Amino acid sequence: MPAVQETVEKVRLIDVDQYKYGFVTDIESEKAPKGLSEDVVRFISAKKNEPEWMLRWRLDAYRRWLTMRAPTWSRVHYGPIDYQDIYYYAAPKKKTGPKSLDEIDPEILKTYEKLGIPLREREVLLGVQKPAEEGASAYNRVAVDAVFDSVSVATTFKEELAKAGVLFMPVSEALQKHPELVKKYLGTVVPISDNFFATLNSAVFSDGSFVYVPPGVRCPMELSTYFRINERNTGQFERTLIIADKGSYVSYLEGCTAPSRDENQLHAAVVELVALDDAEIKYSTIQNWYPGDQQGRGGVYNFVTKRGDCRGASSKISWTQLETGSAITWKYPSCILRGDNSRGEFYSIAISNGHQQVDSGTKMLHLGKNTTSRIISKGIAAGHSQNTYRGLVTCHRRAKGARNFTNCDSLLIGDKCGAHTTPYIETKNSSTVFEHEATTSKISEDTLFYCMQRGLSAEDAVALVVNGFVKDVLQQLPMEFAVEAQKLISISLEGSVG
Amino acid sequence: MHLLEVKNLHVEVDGKKILNGLELSVGKGSVHAIMGPNGSGKSTLAHVLAGKQDYVVTQGEVLLDGDDILALDPDERASRGLFLAFQYPLEIPGVATMTFLRTAINAQRKRRGEPEHSTPDILKRVRAVAGKLGIDQEMLRRGVNVGFSGGEKKRNEILQMAVLEPRLCVLDETDSGLDIDALKVVANGVNRLRAPERGFVVITHYQRLLNYIVPDVVHVLSKGRIVRTGGKELALELEASGYAQYQDAAA
Repeated sequence: MPAVQETVEKVRLIDVDQYKYGFVTDIESEKAPKGLSEDVVRFISAKKNEPEWMLRWRLDAYRRWLTMRAPTWSRVHYGPIDYQDIYYYAAPKKKTGPKSLDEIDPEILKTYEKLGIPLREREVLLGVQKPAEEGASAYNRVAVDAVFDSVSVATTFKEELAKAGVLFMPVSEALQKHPELVKKYLGTVVPISDNFFATLNSAVFSDGSFVYVPPGVRCPMELSTYFRINERNTGQFERTLIIADKGSYVSYLEGCTAPSRDENQLHAAVVELVALDDAEIKYSTIQNWYPGDQQGRGGVYNFVTKRGDCRGASSKISWTQLETGSAITWKYPSCILRGDNSRGEFYSIAISNGHQQVDSGTKMLHLGKNTTSRIISKGIAAGHSQNTYRGLVTCHRRAKGARNFTNCDSLLIGDKCGAHTTPYIETKNSSTVFEHEATTSKISEDTLFYCMQRGLSAEDAVALVVNGFVKDVLQQLPMEFAVEAQKLISISLEGSVG
Repeated sequence: MHLLEVKNLHVEVDGKKILNGLELSVGKGSVHAIMGPNGSGKSTLAHVLAGKQDYVVTQGEVLLDGDDILALDPDERASRGLFLAFQYPLEIPGVATMTFLRTAINAQRKRRGEPEHSTPDILKRVRAVAGKLGIDQEMLRRGVNVGFSGGEKKRNEILQMAVLEPRLCVLDETDSGLDIDALKVVANGVNRLRAPERGFVVITHYQRLLNYIVPDVVHVLSKGRIVRTGGKELALELEASGYAQYQDAAA
């Protein structure tokens, strides 16, 4: 609750006309030759010292990708992408892999500092960490994996996590240290040929996070990855793989930013989650890629495939997303409810302003018995933006007793934007109970006047109303990020009134 | 100096003249009732004072403490101590009344260059005032006016008024839709706020409210002008004779 006030204050301190994260870090980087070919795929694989099977996997994906076309069914519009005009690999120049933060280019550390990301292990290394933080919950601490362009530059709290048996490291490192785990799970949730962008990712992914939580372990802290696109004309293709073994629990958060650029940058990530029996994964995203300027120039194309597999009985996967950035967002974090009694959740806030286009939603595939799912989606459209919720809820014929509850609310600010809801609901079992609720509303002049009559400025009034509108979803975010999220909401809506 | 001075106010909405040279002076510590038939311009006056868009002031001045406020945004007027109790209070889902009040109090204080109040202080104050108005603590946690009955909404308006401590309170048909018990609660809330430094403009169609909020001055508004001014007995006279004669007089 106090965060509303804080939101309002923090926004005042921020230069409102600028995308806050739009700076460029000047570092030397090493790139693969521009464009995509088998050689580039081999180059990336070689850079990562990957095993032979991984290279074959990538090449298989690349060959399939050549035969595929980009999907056109979503409600977004953009010119053709020249896939030969993109760098598929860019890494900050360095000797070998960084062993500690000391070895990381200070310019990169400065970047993350500007972004407000706590690479707090730095403190640990310097011996300034407060003694064990008595009383405070272990969740006050967040382990961070920072990915800069194509490579992971730092992972914090590694040792402490290792004590609990939790593996948290860049995928490239996991391929070296735990190839058997990667091989067992990679591509089992989002197969190589899943869709155009996922297949592209499979061919060229450079890094991302890998998490494995062993049976019965409750991960002792929040895990977090921050992605940053820095280089010009660089695509970011990270791949995240999270496995929660039987009876374990993990909460993971990703954040993303990019510099302001006139041209469009491509971000085609794949995230795969696997929850075994009784395991729970909570995956939160704060997506704040550069959205383009007021005229709609530039911005990130965020074409992402995220899917969780509730593979075990009574497992649970929960997606929470706050989408404020990107010129175009195309993402549908989904749950395959395979295990009996498993549960999938999707909580989403998607805010579009300026000329942003959002087509986002979820899929809940009920395969197991007595599976349940819940979808709460809040779309907010302002400026000239278009905001679409697209959802699919299906029930397999053997999935007795499946239940879904869906609630999609849209809020319009101004009269030049659009909100659209496209839910698909299919069931092949008569015992299914699927519920769907949807509303579309507008922030009325009367509501703004009411707030202003009590002393709030027009922008504070909009922020307050919007924060109220999204409250149900904000509550799902890990505490550490709720304030950050509120701040971001207000910033994204700057200039939407008056 | 008068607290509020309205001079020769002419207002149009969508090209239609609503107020035609309205004059009104409200001194500190006094309660002015404005009565009149439907369509006489009562609510327009309330909205123009508070600065709502869509009302075009073609002529005249509105002075608060001697300063013309017509060019100010609604939030600036609020910070200068003008409060409007709405006839139809708006709902704000997901924003607790307590949060709303805290945000409003500190927004006003900030604009006036005063230090902000701490959250615990505000909580204490709001709870105390709510208690006196018979407002359930549970209501403070619910979304502003969401799922409130008509009476609860009006009580919530009075709560906000009491907590924000305005210098000029404008009540726009606060009695509409209230049963007699709710009316008494609201009137008591207003009476408790009467103070030497504070002025009230109570807009109402019916005399009934004025049995409980006893005015110092009663004005009759018809066709956008004050056509008669008197003491509290004028309200009783209107109750007996109706507005018909004034509608003719103004025509």
